[in-house]
Amino acid sequence: MNSTPSVEDLLRDLAPRVLGAVVHRHGDFAAAEDAVQEALVAASMRWPTEGVPERPYGWLTQVAMRRMVDQQRSEAARRRREDLAASREPPGAEPSDRDDTLILLFLCCHPALTPASAIPLTLRAVGGLTTAEIAKAFLVPEATMGQRISRAKQRITSSGSGFRMPTADEFPERLRSVLHVLYLIFNEGYTASVGPNLHRGELSGEAIRLTRAVHALLSDHPEVAGLLALMPLTDARRPARTGPDGELIPLAEQHRDRWDRGLIAEGTALLVDTLAKGSAGPYQLQAAIAAVHDEAPSAEQTDWPQILALYGLLERMSDNPMVSLNRAIAAAMAYGPQAGLKLLDGLGDRLAGHHRLHATRAHLLELAGDPAAAAEQYRVAASRTASVPERHYLTTRAARLNQR
Amino acid sequence: MKYMLLMNYGGADCAPMTEWAPEEIKEHIAFQQRLGQELTDSGELVDAQGLSAPELARFVKSDGQSPPVVTDGPFPESKELLAGYWVVDVENEERAVEIAAKASAAPGPGGAPIRQTIEVRQVMSVPASEL
Repeated sequence: MNSTPSVEDLLRDLAPRVLGAVVHRHGDFAAAEDAVQEALVAASMRWPTEGVPERPYGWLTQVAMRRMVDQQRSEAARRRREDLAASREPPGAEPSDRDDTLILLFLCCHPALTPASAIPLTLRAVGGLTTAEIAKAFLVPEATMGQRISRAKQRITSSGSGFRMPTADEFPERLRSVLHVLYLIFNEGYTASVGPNLHRGELSGEAIRLTRAVHALLSDHPEVAGLLALMPLTDARRPARTGPDGELIPLAEQHRDRWDRGLIAEGTALLVDTLAKGSAGPYQLQAAIAAVHDEAPSAEQTDWPQILALYGLLERMSDNPMVSLNRAIAAAMAYGPQAGLKLLDGLGDRLAGHHRLHATRAHLLELAGDPAAAAEQYRVAASRTASVPERHYLTTRAARLNQR
Repeated sequence: MKYMLLMNYGGADCAPMTEWAPEEIKEHIAFQQRLGQELTDSGELVDAQGLSAPELARFVKSDGQSPPVVTDGPFPESKELLAGYWVVDVENEERAVEIAAKASAAPGPGGAPIRQTIEVRQVMSVPASEL
């Protein structure tokens, strides 16, 4: 990310369009993606010093096509092309650039991929990031990341998915995968908070940019809008979420004047607009919960009964025990710690040994006026988290109770 | 998820490497190189290093004011010293254990698996959740 922002933004915007064009011409998604990556790297080195060419899209497409031809001269590539020719879609009307971006997202977030593979592939093929940038964000060597991306592409090829829109039958599940991957990219950036992970914050911005692109193409889809609302409503709290030394500050203790009002207004407007359109899905509900937090002047003045009701709706839609955990917290805040602790008891089987269960129990025991039991639960939670800032927070919490 | 797989001196069911035949050592090193290549190809290797022998180890202790106390070997407990490690970025803990099992069965004398004990530890690199 050394180039000037304008070149960088331009390249990222053009990346999926160029890739779409090359795939239409040559059919081989995996090879085309490599060729476009090479063209992007070449442009990011040349354009900042030599200036942006008059037709940047044409420049990139031409360079990428030339790479494809070079590559296809080799024996191995020829064999791969022959294998692929059989599975290639019959030529039809060429979809527009707009469709290409969506098709690429559907392909990169294919359900056959694990998130650990889909995330870097999406960032590279659709987001236009370089392998080096992605490797740096996830703290692995560039060669390892390059290999991970190329294996992801192999898996897509062997799954037999062509470069086309999912059918109407496939569409809901495929869209769910896309939104899930975008949500995970956002979280990677949002929850990284300290030291060498600082630059991961850029991932949140990238997730918002990509979700915005999806929303521009599927503006009538309520869950796309829900996710796009959820991101700024969450991101708004980022400045208050960590202290000067990177330590975690829980929601109840955050300085709310540091929340970004602009982002809150942006997310709320989107949310209100989409909720008016009918039935609410999980992302809309999460956005609604974030909005209730965001509009409360203090933790005490939060509309906890409403948050409790929203988590109740969410719990009916998803089998995620973390949702039940959050519902228990809302119940405690609305009706007292005992109400929350009772709900936690029912979660022991599904979250046994998970640090969040212990951290939540600790918090509710503290509220209930049992500092000794709370300190013990904070200690258990601290020993079971794999996050450095969380361990510091939980250990400090236990220590504070011990001093009383 | 990142895991560190640690290997100590000792902890293997065989004689120390200095007592192996040259071909056995060669085969063992080739195995380690193959394993490293496999983990690179699978997109999982973050880092792998072997450390110099305990004979070169030094123990340092300081109160931050007086000159530090530096102890040179040989150490009676050298078999508890770290010999080397891998850092892998994998999908889940099962996969980390699978890699550790593979590393544990590295070939030794007579080509038999040395059954090296491998310690599997999660690296604290998970993002913090909203608390």
